Amino acid sequence: MPDPLVEVRDVTKTFSVRGAGRAGGGRSAGRLRALDGVSFDVRRGETLGLVGESGCGKSTLARTLLMLERPDSGTVRFDGTDPFALGGPELLAWRRRVQMVFQDPFDSLNARMSAGDIIAEPWRTHRTLYPTARARSARVRELLDLVGLRPGDADRYPQEFSGGQRQRIGIARALALDPDVVVCDEPVSALDLSVQAQVLNLLAQLQDRLGVSYLLISHDLSVIRHVADRVAVMYLGRLVESGTTEQVFQRPLHPYTAALISAAPTMDRAGRAGRIVLEGEIPSPLNPPSGCRFRTRCWRATEVCATGEPPRVERSASGTSISTDSHGHRAECHHPLIGEPDELVTV
Amino acid sequence: MTPAMTPAAAPPDTDTVLEVSGLSVEIRTEDAAVRAVDAVSFTARRGETLALLGESGCGKSMTALAVAGLLDPVAEVTAGSVRLADVDLLAADERTRRAKAGPEIAIVFQDALTALNPVYPVGVQLAEPFRIHRGLSRVQARRAAVELMARVGIPEPGARVDSYPHQFSGGMRQRLLIAMAVALRPSVLLADEPTTALDVTVQAQIMRLLRDLRTEHRMAVVLITHDLALVAEEADRVAIMYAGRVVETGPVDEVFAAPRHPYSKGLLDSMPAKARPGEPLRSIGGSPPDLSAIPPGCVYQDRCPRVRDRCRAERPPLRAVEGGRRASACFYPHEVPNA
Repeated sequence: MPDPLVEVRDVTKTFSVRGAGRAGGGRSAGRLRALDGVSFDVRRGETLGLVGESGCGKSTLARTLLMLERPDSGTVRFDGTDPFALGGPELLAWRRRVQMVFQDPFDSLNARMSAGDIIAEPWRTHRTLYPTARARSARVRELLDLVGLRPGDADRYPQEFSGGQRQRIGIARALALDPDVVVCDEPVSALDLSVQAQVLNLLAQLQDRLGVSYLLISHDLSVIRHVADRVAVMYLGRLVESGTTEQVFQRPLHPYTAALISAAPTMDRAGRAGRIVLEGEIPSPLNPPSGCRFRTRCWRATEVCATGEPPRVERSASGTSISTDSHGHRAECHHPLIGEPDELVTV
Repeated sequence: MTPAMTPAAAPPDTDTVLEVSGLSVEIRTEDAAVRAVDAVSFTARRGETLALLGESGCGKSMTALAVAGLLDPVAEVTAGSVRLADVDLLAADERTRRAKAGPEIAIVFQDALTALNPVYPVGVQLAEPFRIHRGLSRVQARRAAVELMARVGIPEPGARVDSYPHQFSGGMRQRLLIAMAVALRPSVLLADEPTTALDVTVQAQIMRLLRDLRTEHRMAVVLITHDLALVAEEADRVAIMYAGRVVETGPVDEVFAAPRHPYSKGLLDSMPAKARPGEPLRSIGGSPPDLSAIPPGCVYQDRCPRVRDRCRAERPPLRAVEGGRRASACFYPHEVPNA
């Protein structure tokens, strides 16, 4: 088992929201639980795909990894160290290790800075990394080459590049600090299909060369399925299912995962026939349902779902071991989709 | 006339409700006029969904806006006709156009929040088409609005008719827009990326609603999208656009199984679902041409893996292939490998 680079355990984050009551409802202040006991690992050199609909807590989770949000409770460990316990130069050194690629390559690059300056900007904070101008400009050229741009592109401005090229600049900037983890928040959703493929190929290539881990957030399940090694599915602040990409896509345990996969259009028109179309929409995170968060839209829900927190269940191929780490295929559900004669254990 | 075929001219068809032919739209910029839509032709039939498929900047939305008569003042139709039943909407005077197109052609936009007026209750906005085109009284129109809200699946319509757009979720707002669009039972519904801003489980709901309404009203639906899988599932026929032109058109199943234009093939190959996990995705090299500097010859020449001298010299017209069921704007349609 490769050692986890990032270990997230039981992380909870609550925001206080003023004047934002239920849609159409009152204006009372509320507590929004964006993350509710979330646990997962990111291993070295792997891609963890994070899936879920708007408001499920994906972005808060990403911001927590970037140390932009401090969890209310629970722990985050990088290489065994809690970065939130650090301060001063140590914290600065830690921040270098997690970087981000943003969704919109048009909004996330400063139009008044050249591509070279954009890529070099992180070194203005992390001064010791490339201390001389000569070293910085050599590294910028290397990074441009790495992401498939020309060295001469360093002097051009964002508006002179196409969307795909801009996203390459964003990736080069994220790599400038030699991070261990890159959070990619919808990195290709603003790009056209033909360009999207180029950028996804680049991300895969960089991972092979640099051994970097990705936390890939995407609403596009076909992207996740192609790129991710493992997948985590979120719903209203909870991580409802996780496992290898194959396990989760081929034999989802949680009804929400099954519905999500089923709802995505495919090239096969026949696929529509057996589609699970959920009723309703995601309830407000200000006022989540009791018990299982998904029960209000679930076709398998019974009374127990309203009262009890759903148990953690794990599907094990051999059916012999009960594992309490989060490496297996597991879900939180009172009525998981078993369907096959394999061992399902409650952990 | 060029030898180009007008797909509409192929089989005489009583179900045809909308016939667009040779439509060109130019956008005036400070320096020059840019042709955003170039000689686009298609037909929409009752009870059928036609997809206009293409990537950003290909002219698909501009085409829809031109058909609906909603072009921005800097854009102008420079050629072509838009025939609804037997009236050419582009040639008709403004009054005739409104009377005809207002109730018969409806449009649903991607961004429902900006498409709805934030300062009026939704009921007032839903009642508007009934007031203007049907001459209903305030009370009657309000009742019709509540019925519509119920039809598109808005819970407790009687209580929510006086709510404002921001009080609805994204999916509910899109339902409201659809309700407004189908209020007068139009014969043509233009749906411009109707689910792109929505989560996938809500997208499934909205597409089901559109399908049901299409059947119920025997509408022709023109679905404008960049999503190939959505086209595969929802559309009967597809027109694939590139750099302002239709490069290929035909029944969806046939086009997707055996494309007759290299761009269609390139798009289909770029889909992550087509690749094996772990293997690199195929992609189309380069990027679409600058519309203000389109080279002579084929619009796809710079990205085409099978480009020849002729493609650089001469622009291939959209010509019938496969016995007239399909059309391709490639000189060598039968050399394109299957998808």
